[in-house]
Amino acid sequence: MYVHDAFDRRLIAERVEEFRDQVRRRLSGELNEDEFKLLRLLNGVYLQLHAYMLRIGIPYGTLSSAQLRMLAHVARRYDRGYGHFTTRQNIQFHWIKLEDLPDAMADLARVGLHGIQTSGNSVRNVTTDQWAGVAPDEIEDPRVWAEVVRQHVTLHPEFTFMPRKFKIAVGTAAHDRAALRIHDLALRLHRNEAGEAGFEVMVGGGLGRTPFLAKTIKQFLPKHDVLSYVEAVLRTYNQFGRRDNAWKARIKILVHDLGAEAFGREVEQEWQSIKDGALALDDAAVAEIAARFRYPDYERLADDPVELKEARAGDRRFETWHRSAVARHRLPGYAIVTLSLKAEGETPGDATAAQMDAIADLADRYSSGEIRVGHEQNLALPHVRQQDLYPLWRALDAIGVATPNVGLVSDIIACPGLDYCSLANARSIPIAQDLSRRFRDGDLARDLGRLHINISGCINACGHHHVGHIGILGVEKNGEEYYQVTIGGRADEEAELGQLIGPAVPYGEVANVVEDIVAAYVELRERPGEIFIDTVKRIGIEPFKERVHATH
Amino acid sequence: MQLIKGGRIVEDGFARVADDAPVPDRLPVIVPAARFLAEADAFAAREAPTGVVWPNDRRVAELAPYLDRLALVGLVFPVFRDGRAFSQARLLRERHGFRGELRATGQVLRDQFLFMLRAGFDAFEVTKDADAAAFAQAARRYSVFYQPTGDGRVTARASRVGRPARDSLERDSLL
Repeated sequence: MYVHDAFDRRLIAERVEEFRDQVRRRLSGELNEDEFKLLRLLNGVYLQLHAYMLRIGIPYGTLSSAQLRMLAHVARRYDRGYGHFTTRQNIQFHWIKLEDLPDAMADLARVGLHGIQTSGNSVRNVTTDQWAGVAPDEIEDPRVWAEVVRQHVTLHPEFTFMPRKFKIAVGTAAHDRAALRIHDLALRLHRNEAGEAGFEVMVGGGLGRTPFLAKTIKQFLPKHDVLSYVEAVLRTYNQFGRRDNAWKARIKILVHDLGAEAFGREVEQEWQSIKDGALALDDAAVAEIAARFRYPDYERLADDPVELKEARAGDRRFETWHRSAVARHRLPGYAIVTLSLKAEGETPGDATAAQMDAIADLADRYSSGEIRVGHEQNLALPHVRQQDLYPLWRALDAIGVATPNVGLVSDIIACPGLDYCSLANARSIPIAQDLSRRFRDGDLARDLGRLHINISGCINACGHHHVGHIGILGVEKNGEEYYQVTIGGRADEEAELGQLIGPAVPYGEVANVVEDIVAAYVELRERPGEIFIDTVKRIGIEPFKERVHATH
Repeated sequence: MQLIKGGRIVEDGFARVADDAPVPDRLPVIVPAARFLAEADAFAAREAPTGVVWPNDRRVAELAPYLDRLALVGLVFPVFRDGRAFSQARLLRERHGFRGELRATGQVLRDQFLFMLRAGFDAFEVTKDADAAAFAQAARRYSVFYQPTGDGRVTARASRVGRPARDSLERDSLL
């Protein structure tokens, strides 16, 4: 948990007052809609199809129970009783009134939450591994570095009006759970041959109309140079990124046009001028931030306590859930528990106020008051004693967040799509709901194993369709909703962009195509343990293409 | 449009001179970049102060050799979402050591005053009169700053380090 201090709180409070004044000026006509649009976007306020939408950042995906209760309060008091967790460790409320926004923000500010830079052409919420600080395979807690960067880019006077949005992710583990390479800037901590930890810096990743995976421009950046290097990247982008065409304004286009090497040289030159200046970090500055990440007073426990063994042996439903939702913690006797927000027939990533309140209570009881939000649109409890897993599961099951489908075919990532979003061409949520019903059979899903389906309702790719093992993209054709289907994408340390499997299909055909792809996989896999993405990698997409063509 | 300098509304002492217009001898003038570069020696020989408006798509490093002869550099915000001049301002101040007047021109609104001050601007051609009148208030909107720029404002990091961490944790653990 990150403990906010008086500085953090004052800044957020001052932001609320500034926004209150901006809303007042908009309502009185002093600000026209064009001017106000830019300002509201910098606070996460969008105008969508039916209402204003407020996006709240959850830095590095860490929430306290008090913060989650406040999100429940905002959902209940200012919205329609639910919120939607996104693929970037944010939560969105889709039904807020403009005149209520300042009060909602003031309520959120009381627990250190805000929408600053969750939208607009600014540096967005800095994201990381949702298992930060508890994953067995990490070098160190990535949230410390995410927080170092977050503070630096918050209300940065030079980088708040850039060519386009700018997304940063930090990872420190062997396995990439933060989708690093689809970010504008990714910092991956690793060890060099001398055993020192430093960052590999990757730039120019992003999805949307022109998808790219980020390219490495620096193999090893000393940790204490991270701010000056980030500043050099942002300054290069701010000056030279295209501003004549919003579709070509992301840093990925600049990096592509210049070439990663030339872009890297430009950054390097800028960095050399500033690296020994005010941005050089010393141990005290890093220690000060690290000290404000607090961990539970862990007990000395052993793995597989008798309570857990008995429950796993005695309750098949629990055992099934345990295999799906429980991951190894870095300490023996503890576990990381994923809460599926992907119940059959529900909207991926949605949680009701009642669920949020209940999860906050369970976090207090079983997870030292801490909750995590991951880019797969699920939640996690990061500090659960293994001996508590059985009673925790019963409580989670009772509130509908224990569907045993984590990482399986019905654990679908989806953007809000045409049901809410003014940019969308097609619906995403009903496709996800339909698929979750088609694949309701848990035994089948478990036999299929790890399989990620990602759905976006338009080319902006908020549902990360390019990096879904199966990706579904909504497009519009003669006024009808059509969907392009790709396979072979992935967002982890072996990131790839998916490839089209055939022409777009109408709404009613999408689930059939997915079923055909899955059936083809079952036939084509080498053995039951070979997961979908490995089969695609081994044999390519052609055999899948033929199979889908034959039937559609 | 009103000009803010030294935190208050003032008369503009500089005259804008177009590319082909004659330059008055004894008056402070602001000229376009191309003309300034073409006639740099002539401008250097003038007794009265000279300023230049520098476009936001040209590196300010090009201007560096002339900065000691320039009384004013105007940077341009063609629309307020185009923030290139923020980088140019910081480079002029922090890298090239420019100490003359650094003027924000174009679409200059209240909601960016503080960002502009932090980037090194000290003069503002303000689009709306109501915004000019609200300058002092807007400049005080925030009292906390995370990142150092050349403006000398004390950052949160500078204030925090050296504080006893344990104390601040206990005092701050409201969550």
